[in-house]
Amino acid sequence: MSRDQALIEYLIRLGDNALIIGQRLGEWCGHAHQLESDIALTNIALDNIGQCRLLLSEAGQIEGKNRTENDLAFFRDEKDFRNSLLVEQPNENFGHTILRQYFYDVFQFYLYSALKSSGNEFLSGFAAKSLKEVSYHRKLSSDWILRLGDGTSESHLKMVEALEYLWPFTFELFEMNEIDATLMAENWVPDLSEIEKKWLNEVEAHLSEATLEIPDTMGYKATGSRKGHHTEYLGFLLAEMQAVPRSMPGAKW
Amino acid sequence: MILSKHTRESIYSLLEKVSDPEIPVLSVVDLGIIRNVIVTGPETVEVVITPTYTGCPAMDTIEKEIKELLLAQGLTAKVKTEISPPWTTDWMSETGKLKLEAYGIAPPAEATSDKSFITGRHKAVKCPHCKSFDTMVISQFGSTACKALYRCDTCLEVFDYFKCI
Repeated sequence: MSRDQALIEYLIRLGDNALIIGQRLGEWCGHAHQLESDIALTNIALDNIGQCRLLLSEAGQIEGKNRTENDLAFFRDEKDFRNSLLVEQPNENFGHTILRQYFYDVFQFYLYSALKSSGNEFLSGFAAKSLKEVSYHRKLSSDWILRLGDGTSESHLKMVEALEYLWPFTFELFEMNEIDATLMAENWVPDLSEIEKKWLNEVEAHLSEATLEIPDTMGYKATGSRKGHHTEYLGFLLAEMQAVPRSMPGAKW
Repeated sequence: MILSKHTRESIYSLLEKVSDPEIPVLSVVDLGIIRNVIVTGPETVEVVITPTYTGCPAMDTIEKEIKELLLAQGLTAKVKTEISPPWTTDWMSETGKLKLEAYGIAPPAEATSDKSFITGRHKAVKCPHCKSFDTMVISQFGSTACKALYRCDTCLEVFDYFKCI
């Protein structure tokens, strides 16, 4: 695999994560339990869509086939998406959404902190820019984890359920393949097993402070997205997100 | 040597007329998002801008307004967006901060370099209405990506705070 090919795939992986979680969070618009949460979730969605635009545009440019950010977002099918299974999981309830967000925010925080010193100019500039935003996201989701986990018996129970559901999806965030190997050799991207250690340290300590216990998944780890194998939820999400550009291709405001 | 009646400085002062569509009281120069101006020919100029937030929806409008304003002066502008180095509230001008406060938005209270946000020790934010420091954060996310929502416990008004990044 060439260096450029690996970089394109890596940018698409990061860009798809941002796009899909952005779309999921956008579903909360007008539905959260209070205005402040509604605004916070949609602001985080906006930051992620912003990240996605930079990443997919860069991928399209390196590819050199005239594919724009919009072509990549709206005219690829499920099997071409490389976002982690975690981010495509449905919103369920607010606690569930916050836990999914927390896992993703802490992951992004450590990944982007490492990418800041990437030898690739785009990746380092992108990471430095986005990290500022991600720091605010991580603050919001970790505060809510404490409030809900160590909250009422009802909120605690909902967090236990969310944790049981989402925990098996966390391992995949750190899976590496040929793309990582190629780019690590260039000192462009970090070793994800190092990111996993930092992530696990923070998440374990924080969940325990929130009186939540990490469930025993008996070795089960959800996997597949690196090869384009997704859960049933991604197809429905894409159908909704892509319907307008596909039914009216080339339409302009 | 390019012979142009326009200079870098004269173009900067022209750009004072382009305002942020979401905070009309601030010009793009006050906001610190104009990173460079290069006079490339007698009638051409390159303007380098940087977004405040990656998803800032105002960037397209700002680019369009810069081009239109300069075109009215006979200048064809190329607008380039750069993300590195990343924009920081430290680049906002002192005039900009005063204008924000007069408009009812509390300006960023501190230099981001002191990392008080990360360590959780927040400097007090001053209420733009009654100037009291007895204020509290309601939400770190507000009406636009760059603002947080605060409440003043003296005059009881809710106000926007331009948060530090």
